[in-house]
Amino acid sequence: MSEREVLELLRENARYSTADIARMTDLEESEVEAAIEELEAAGVVRGYQAVVDWDKLEDERVRAEVELNVRLDRETGYDDIAERLARFPQVKALRLVSGDYDFDMEVEGDSIREVSQFISEKVAPVPEITQTVTHYVMTSYKENGIELGDGEDDERLSFSP
Amino acid sequence: MTFELSDRVQTVPPSGIRRFFEIAEERDDVISLGVGEPDFATPWAARDAAITSLEQGKTSYTANRGKRDLREAIADYVADRFDLGYDPDEEIIVTAGASEAVDLAFRAFVDPGDTVAIAQPSYISYEPGVIFAGGEVLPVPTYEEDDFRLTVEGLEEAGADEADMLVLCYPNNPTGAIMPAEDLEPIAEFAREHDLMVLSDEIYAELTYDGEHTSIATFEGMRERTIVFNGFSKAHAMTGLRLGYALGPAEAIGAMNKIHQYTMLSAPTTAQYAALEALDSCENDVREMVDQYDRRRQFVLSRFREIGMDVFEAKGAFYCFPEVPEGFTAEEFAEEVLREQGVAVVPGDVFGAGGDGHLRISYATGLEDLREALARIEAFVDERA
Ligand SMILES: Cc1ncc(COP(=O)(O)O)c(C=O)c1O
Repeated sequence: MSEREVLELLRENARYSTADIARMTDLEESEVEAAIEELEAAGVVRGYQAVVDWDKLEDERVRAEVELNVRLDRETGYDDIAERLARFPQVKALRLVSGDYDFDMEVEGDSIREVSQFISEKVAPVPEITQTVTHYVMTSYKENGIELGDGEDDERLSFSP
Repeated sequence: MTFELSDRVQTVPPSGIRRFFEIAEERDDVISLGVGEPDFATPWAARDAAITSLEQGKTSYTANRGKRDLREAIADYVADRFDLGYDPDEEIIVTAGASEAVDLAFRAFVDPGDTVAIAQPSYISYEPGVIFAGGEVLPVPTYEEDDFRLTVEGLEEAGADEADMLVLCYPNNPTGAIMPAEDLEPIAEFAREHDLMVLSDEIYAELTYDGEHTSIATFEGMRERTIVFNGFSKAHAMTGLRLGYALGPAEAIGAMNKIHQYTMLSAPTTAQYAALEALDSCENDVREMVDQYDRRRQFVLSRFREIGMDVFEAKGAFYCFPEVPEGFTAEEFAEEVLREQGVAVVPGDVFGAGGDGHLRISYATGLEDLREALARIEAFVDERA
C-alpha cells in the first residue's frame, strides 16, 4: 500500500521532497525513492508538470476544448485516429468519450488564430473526422484538482482553544 | 454605573492565549500553529444541505433537543462507530457545539462546593465552566512519562476519590494522547468504586490514528454514570456551524435539556441540516481529512525529532506536544519564537497541570506552512544551541 500512498502524495504535490514524503508516510527515504522509481519504471507516473493559472501571466495563452466526431471504417479504428491526432504538439489532451461526440481534445496555442488554423488546417481535413466543435476556454477555475484564482486567506483566529 | 462583577466571573482569569493573540495580530508574516480547528472547509455535501435548507426557508426553531431525524442519525452513528447505544428520544440532546453541552452538564450536575476532578492538561474551557457553575476544580495532572494517560495512581494522588465528578478528554487537546481500552478499564473501576460521575469529551474520537477509539461509557456500569460529548466541529470541519451533542441516561439528558430549553431553545437549525447530511453522506470526506491529518502528524513528529526537541508520540486529535528545550519556560519559548520567527504556538501551561514545559502545536494547517514553520523553529533552536 505504500506505493499508493506515495502516489497520492505526488499527485498532491510532485515537488514534495523524498524526505518530506518519508516523514509523512513513516517510510525510509530509500523506500520512498524506490517506490517512485518503481512507479516511473512501470509507467504509472508519466511525468511531472506544473499547474498554471495562465490568467495570471502577461503572455496570452489560448486554449480550446474541441469536440470531435469521427466515422470509422473497416480499416480505421478509434486508436488509429487518436494516434494520428496525438502526435500534434498543439494537442495537450485527447480522450475517447461516451456521449454525443467521440473525442474530447484539448488544444493550446499562442493566439486564437493559431488555434483556429490548427483545427481547420490539420484536424478537420483528417478524412475520418466528420465534425469539429471548438470551445475556447475563457476562464479556468480549476485545473488538475487545484482551484485557481486568488488564494483564500486563512481567516481563522491565529489562536483558538 | 460600575458593573459589579459576580465573584464567579471575577475568579476566572482571562484566557492564557489572549496575549499571544495580540502579538500575532500585530504582524502579517505569522504562521500559526495555534489554531485548534480544521483548516478544511465543511464537506461540500453538508454545506449544500445547509444552503438548500435556507432556500427552502427552514429557518425556525427545531425541537429543543434537536431535530428528531438528526437525533436518530446520531444514535445510528455512535452505535455504528463507537458501540454506544442511546435512545434518540430521551438520551440525546443536540447543542450549539460540544461547548454548550459541556456547560449544560456542569450547570445541571454541579452544586456550589462540589468538586470536579479534571484530567489535565486538557481543553481550556472545563475549568471556567466548573467555576461558573459554582463548583471547585481538582486538577489531576497527567505526565509525559505515562504518555499523558490518566492513571489510577494519578487520580489517587490528586485525591479524586473524594470528588463528585471526573472530566476526561481523549483523544486529548492539547497533548494528542489517547486512552486505549486497557487504560480506561481501571479508570472506569475507580469511578464506580468512588461513585464519580464522568463527563467524557470525545469530540476528537474520529481523529484516532492508532487503533480504534473506545468510549468509557462502554464499560460495565459506566453508561449510567457517564455523559459523552461529541460534535461536528472537528471531524466534520464544522466549527463555525456550532453543532454538538451529548449522550447520557434519560434523566441526565432531561436535566440538561431543562437548562438548554430556557437558554438556547434549540441548536442552530441550518447547522442541523448540515449535520444530518454530514452523517448521511460525508464519511469519505472525514476519512480523507483524517488521512491528511495523519500524514501531517507523522511529518511534524519526525521534524521535531530531527530538530532535536523531545516530542510525545501524539496518537489522536490534531495536536502534538513537544517539550521546550532546556533554558526556556514554555511561555518564554512561545513568545520569543513568535517575535523572532513569526511562528505562533501555544505554551502548554495554559492547559493546566502537567502542561508546563511543553508547547501545543496544531497541525490543522497546510503542509507547506507546516514545513516553513518547522524550518523557522529549527532556525530558532539552532541559534540558541
Ligand atoms: C476537547 C474539546 N472539546 C470541545 C471543543 C469545542 O467544540 P465545539 O466547537 O463543538 O463547541 C473543543 C474545541 O477546541 C475541544 O478541543
